Amino acid sequence: MINFVQKRRLFFSIAAIMLGLSLMALLASAILFDGQALRISIDFRGGTLFVLQFDEVVDESAIRDVFTANDHTGPIVQRLGAMDDNTWQVRTRFAETEEVQKILDDLDEQVGQVNRTLSNWSTVEPAVGAEVAQHAALAVLAASVAVLCFIWFSFRKIPNPFRYGVVTIVAMSINVVISVGFYALMGILQGWEADVLFLTAVLTVIGFSVEDLIVVFDRIRENIPRHRGEPFELVVNRSVLETLHRSLATQLNAMFVMVAIILFGGATIKPFISVMLVGMLSETFTSLCVAVPLLVVWEERSQTRSFARAAA
Amino acid sequence: MDRRTITNFVLILVLTAVAVYGVVPQQHPTWVTNLLFWQPESARDLDFQLGLDLQGGLQVLLVADLPEGHTVDAQAMGAARRIVENRVDALGLTEPVVQIQGTERIVVEIPGIEDPAQAVDTIRETALLEFVTPPPRVSMDTIFAIQSMEMPISTTYGMTAAEIQSLSEMPDVLLFETVMTGADLRNAFPTRDPNTAQPVIAIEFQPQAATFFANYTASHIGQSLCIVLDKQILSCPRIESTIPTGEAVIQGNFTFDSANQLAVQLQYGALPIPLRIESYKAIGPSLGAISVEKSVRAGIVGLTVVFLFMLIYYRLNGLAADLALALYVLLNMLLYKLVPITLTLPGIAGFLLSVGMAVDANILVFERMKEELRRGRPLMRAVEVGFSRAWTSVRDSNLATLLSCLILYIFGNAFAAGLVKGFAITLALGSLVNLFTAIFTTRTLIRLIYGSAGDWIQKHAWLLGL
Repeated sequence: MINFVQKRRLFFSIAAIMLGLSLMALLASAILFDGQALRISIDFRGGTLFVLQFDEVVDESAIRDVFTANDHTGPIVQRLGAMDDNTWQVRTRFAETEEVQKILDDLDEQVGQVNRTLSNWSTVEPAVGAEVAQHAALAVLAASVAVLCFIWFSFRKIPNPFRYGVVTIVAMSINVVISVGFYALMGILQGWEADVLFLTAVLTVIGFSVEDLIVVFDRIRENIPRHRGEPFELVVNRSVLETLHRSLATQLNAMFVMVAIILFGGATIKPFISVMLVGMLSETFTSLCVAVPLLVVWEERSQTRSFARAAA
Repeated sequence: MDRRTITNFVLILVLTAVAVYGVVPQQHPTWVTNLLFWQPESARDLDFQLGLDLQGGLQVLLVADLPEGHTVDAQAMGAARRIVENRVDALGLTEPVVQIQGTERIVVEIPGIEDPAQAVDTIRETALLEFVTPPPRVSMDTIFAIQSMEMPISTTYGMTAAEIQSLSEMPDVLLFETVMTGADLRNAFPTRDPNTAQPVIAIEFQPQAATFFANYTASHIGQSLCIVLDKQILSCPRIESTIPTGEAVIQGNFTFDSANQLAVQLQYGALPIPLRIESYKAIGPSLGAISVEKSVRAGIVGLTVVFLFMLIYYRLNGLAADLALALYVLLNMLLYKLVPITLTLPGIAGFLLSVGMAVDANILVFERMKEELRRGRPLMRAVEVGFSRAWTSVRDSNLATLLSCLILYIFGNAFAAGLVKGFAITLALGSLVNLFTAIFTTRTLIRLIYGSAGDWIQKHAWLLGL
């Protein structure tokens, strides 16, 4: 029988290493991209993003020249997909509609015909971007508080419900940091940018973290009165083992779907689903190997303290 | 097997039949689509509504661009929205959406547009209010016909004398002569005629224009003067007498509401809230089609794996879960058509993900059932205990999903992030449908199977995955 609670030192170390790696990725990204721990998309800071598919093979520097000539200096030009896709992504500052039109016409003339039906572009004013970022921060905060209250409420009838909430928040925070760290790494490797969908994924990861823990906690809630007199550690471990099959089967099914979307779905939602998948993997680990042992440690500490107090 | 199980089973069969009928693409008869009384009459059909990212198109976010210290008045925004909507409608594309977002923004979505640049120009034009004289050879009946059909007219506004000359010589062109424009208007408000109590619109001109208007009305008594907004005739009152003060009344067949609406249009059509383009997105139409195709493929692959997993891992129970899951997929699709819910790429991802997560409820139950069987409980007892014990977990985890969807939805709603909302809605809807299919349907199916062949199943334990 595996004892999750006993192996907690090993698990805590793994979690610490993952956290460390994530923070390193964020730091590396901040160094590489002028202080941006995550590459921020135009959703949050304003600007224009073109995804252009040309009818013919085109030259990267020619694209750059057209933008520079139109007073968009220093555009970030990247190839998307394979060589023969002829698809290029260009990021630049906020552009008026006339500017966009002019740039597209100039590209047609000087670089190669842009296939309008296979291209897209979007532009956002910097001011809106800032507003969106504010709302985003608020949403993450609201989600965390809601989770805490939810757990507290559903477990109000067992001893120390607040602890369950706090432990969940700890696990959730680790999941969020690991997901964000993964995204920062992909930002460095693949140029992924944190956009509104990325934020949606993070909020969803927060939701997942709770769901899995709820099932384990639910079982602890059920097992406490059944096995009165048994040490808390044993009750918790029993509960984890009893729910282990379910946890793994459920996560597997969700992962099947995510992997299918990553492999076969559209390129635009690949980063969105990938970060969710990483969040889910991390969540499977943190629920069983961090949150639950943490609960036991807390319980034991407070017991020793109360024994000490009784002895004194 | 009790009567209730059989009743439930029949109910499930009927529901499945309805869902299959609604979801399978086909021409549904009018009496069926007419049952969808909550949808606008023109759009009643059982088709999926695709978002901009799936059919291509243009999304523009306009924001009121007022000087510092001015607050946006809701009525003026309403008027601005109507003006923008009129212009977008004039482009003649299918199902454009023009909505007010928050207090100072207007979202315009035009699906399937070929030339986004032209659309943006059309939206941005400032509203033009004109007072025009109808061409002399045209009867009032013709003018009323033009008005009721909402046909755009030609006016002399902004034309050179030479252009007016050449156009008025063409026999089939109706050229209305612009007398004054909205720039001359100071105020417009709804009121009631003191004698008849009929709703009318009172207008006031700027002082300079008032003098001009006095002279004009003096020399045109008995003729009509048409009020035209963005080249569309709003009304054509008759000049009854000279109007010396620059204050006039537009009479017509108004209710108080329609008088108010026209007054708002006159006032803000003349001086609409300046709108600035805050952000816009243009998505090539073929790009959307490719996204749909890829999502469908990803969905088929992902769901097949989930179905197979359940079948292999949980055997007979898995079969019941798969049947329930098939119903889950059908019911969700039916709801997307009925509500209707606009599907976006993240929305589809949310749906697929919800399928992967929907089996969780069944897994919880089946694991519980296996535990009870291992403890030596009889089959039917294990089934019932499995369902009842797993219920709190199923309820709590679905509640948690709904809670996070609510937060996502509020967050998405705050700034027109339709993509976020799409994901939240499909995931939340999935969670609700799941409570029905995973518990009610699976339980009915399992009771039915075990009730009729329980003994035989217990002898073949591999069927239970034990």
